[in-house]
Amino acid sequence: MISLKELMQPHRIVMMLVFAGIVIWCAFALRWDWIPKYTPLALEGLWTTIWILVVSTFLGFLLAVPLGLAQAVGPWYLSIPARTFCTIIRGTPLLLQIWLLYYGLGSLFPQFPWIRSSELWPYLRQAWPYAVLALTLSYAGYEGEVMRGAFSGVAKGQLEAAKSFGMPRFTMFRRIWLPQAVRNVLPTLGGETILQLKATPLVATITVMEIYAVSSRVRSDTFIVYEPLLLLALVYMAIAGVIALAFRRFEKG
Amino acid sequence: MTGLLELLGLGASAELLSLSGWGGNLLRGLANSLQIAFGAFGLGLVIGLFGAYGKLYGGKVTRDLLAIYTTVIRAVPELVLILILYYVGSDIINKISEAMGGGRVEINGVAAGIWVLGIVQGAYATEVLRGAIKAVPVGQIEAAKSYGMPAFLTMRRVTIPAMMSFAVPGLANLWLIATKDTALLAVVGFNELTLETRQAASSTRAYFTFFLAAGFLYLMVTLCSGAVFARVEKWARRGQPSLKGGAR
Repeated sequence: MISLKELMQPHRIVMMLVFAGIVIWCAFALRWDWIPKYTPLALEGLWTTIWILVVSTFLGFLLAVPLGLAQAVGPWYLSIPARTFCTIIRGTPLLLQIWLLYYGLGSLFPQFPWIRSSELWPYLRQAWPYAVLALTLSYAGYEGEVMRGAFSGVAKGQLEAAKSFGMPRFTMFRRIWLPQAVRNVLPTLGGETILQLKATPLVATITVMEIYAVSSRVRSDTFIVYEPLLLLALVYMAIAGVIALAFRRFEKG
Repeated sequence: MTGLLELLGLGASAELLSLSGWGGNLLRGLANSLQIAFGAFGLGLVIGLFGAYGKLYGGKVTRDLLAIYTTVIRAVPELVLILILYYVGSDIINKISEAMGGGRVEINGVAAGIWVLGIVQGAYATEVLRGAIKAVPVGQIEAAKSYGMPAFLTMRRVTIPAMMSFAVPGLANLWLIATKDTALLAVVGFNELTLETRQAASSTRAYFTFFLAAGFLYLMVTLCSGAVFARVEKWARRGQPSLKGGAR
């Protein structure tokens, strides 16, 4: 973090004044009268963005642990599928994956009567399950690769010591292997989570109403181009800042 | 060949993907994507080189401005940046054209894509190249200076060759990001691979066929570039001790 003394250098004060000038100019010269009308929608969109981010990151991480484990120490019939999955996810654009799931599965499901009559059908007709699924798989693919390195990076002596205490394999995994692996990759995980945040606006293309979709709606309703986009960029920077701070807290504690 | 495809029940898919049908469109889209990715990667490298030099040797103000550039670009989603840069770019060009007495200009999709993605890539390239230049032993650059070598010649003869081996892995990653980011341009309506695929899929209702085919094309690009970059890295590391079996 930058200390106050570093901030108070002459050139930085001048830059801050220029920046403040730009902000004031933006506040008065640009149009902001659309904000009150769209605030409720924007808050809803912000909430959608955040919960999609949290849910997909959490589920993706749960999926990444077995993927990483299979690649690091699994037998060939587990490690090859895991590696193939990671390669495919990392080798194709996320937008294509989202569209494949939404349009592909979405056109496939209605052909089966038992799916249409099932309890899940009302959910499968909406867009968000596909969005969450695509983002989860994507996060798992990238994280599986990270966790592979993390699992093979834990010192062997630690595991041997646990084994020599007669610790059962699962306890050993839960108490020794996983915590050390996760701690080693926490900085990477923080970066990946910010990347995941930056991936969330893609789900707006399949009609999920998150914050990016709200700004597009403002643009198409009012023909105001720059103001919603600038505000949107600020919102994303704020969320990214919060994620970075949270992970710094995790790393310390 | 046809008989085998029929046997597998893929006859219809093969017909859809044939070069005279939608397959040609997909390949044209791929060519557009690759063109944009090459251009953006190149522009990003140029920006990155200047940015890295500015961050390392520039004055206080240059350094702070570059820090703002890289931080902002890396914290805001590419999709939002693409929209902002796209509108800014077309506004500027139209203003210039009107000032010179012309009318509104139709913007070339490939050029706009290169400009937009290049600015984004530049921020990442700045960080990669800065790290690589910092990893070059200071003595080498000082030796060049003490021979009275001009700054540009030092860069060309000493810094760039010496930093290549550190920069190549990061740059390979950036190239892969560039190829995948071209898909985002579909959202602003450029006819690259992903948008061509979606158009093909929605007019034939064969979603799986086309999306899987496009995924295959992207995957091939990724895997081939991986092989190429492995060669480049080997070339950049020539004369250096092997990493195999070293401390890890």
